Amino acid sequence: MSQADITIQGHATAGAMAEPTFSVPAKKMAMWLFIIADSATFAGCLVAYGFIRNSTPNWPRPFHSITNVGVMTLILLTSSLTILVGVRAAQAGDKPKAFRWVMITAVAGLLFAVLHLKEWMGMISEGATLFHNPWGTPLFGSLFFSITGLHLLHVTGGVIALVVVGVRYQGGRYKADDLEVTGLYWHFVDLVWMFVVPLVYLLNLAH
Amino acid sequence: MSTAATHKSSGMGRDVAVYVVLLVLAGIQFVIAYQNISVQQMFERMLIVAIVEAGVALLFFMHLSENRGLRWFVIIFTVAVTLGLQYGWTDSFRLTNGVPWAK
Repeated sequence: MSQADITIQGHATAGAMAEPTFSVPAKKMAMWLFIIADSATFAGCLVAYGFIRNSTPNWPRPFHSITNVGVMTLILLTSSLTILVGVRAAQAGDKPKAFRWVMITAVAGLLFAVLHLKEWMGMISEGATLFHNPWGTPLFGSLFFSITGLHLLHVTGGVIALVVVGVRYQGGRYKADDLEVTGLYWHFVDLVWMFVVPLVYLLNLAH
Repeated sequence: MSTAATHKSSGMGRDVAVYVVLLVLAGIQFVIAYQNISVQQMFERMLIVAIVEAGVALLFFMHLSENRGLRWFVIIFTVAVTLGLQYGWTDSFRLTNGVPWAK
């Protein structure tokens, strides 16, 4: 066997090993693995919240209005649709349209973050902090700010990622696939909110 | 209309339909919040709606419906981790009912 044959066989083996897992491109698979791992993080936080809420008598129910959280939910759900429009436009090769919709999604995310901070400021002005809660157990403040803060951190990261990837896509450095991967992350942020809203807000609604 | 254009418009139509379904499911959660039921019943109903909502988003917005292998990978891994997190519930009930300082 010549050296050339060995080299050719080596390339063939490398090619076979490079077959994508589940026929998913490497970048997309990496994002899925991140999403699965991050789901475990959020699930851990929400289960811990449920445990403490269940084991604490007289758990406070401080929320009197669901208007703000309702608007936030509407914005986040709508932003999931706008990123889909952007990704579809990118896959169809319509670069200006894709960029426009990705930026609309980023603005929606920013608006969500502003409303979230407004919600926080309202609670802080009533005396609730990470270690203090005027309605009873201080654990409420700890859990509320930790869980919603972790989600807000994800939204902020997502907005930054959308802007960076969108601008680089517009500039020709990134492709439609990169927008799709960022879109996956954005849908995940939306998905987590679907569990945070009922467990953290709606179950603590004052009746 | 070309085949590509037809596919694109039907894809968008499906996305909008899924979006409306998600809005309706989110609305149902808000309606449940105002029902005159116990916290446990409220929790169960909201969680079921949230799981359906997440399933719809995963299948159609995140395109898991198009990849069977990845779908099972995600389901098995997520369910296993989530089930693994449930071991402490009995202790949370013990803290409210079984310990000397319980109400």
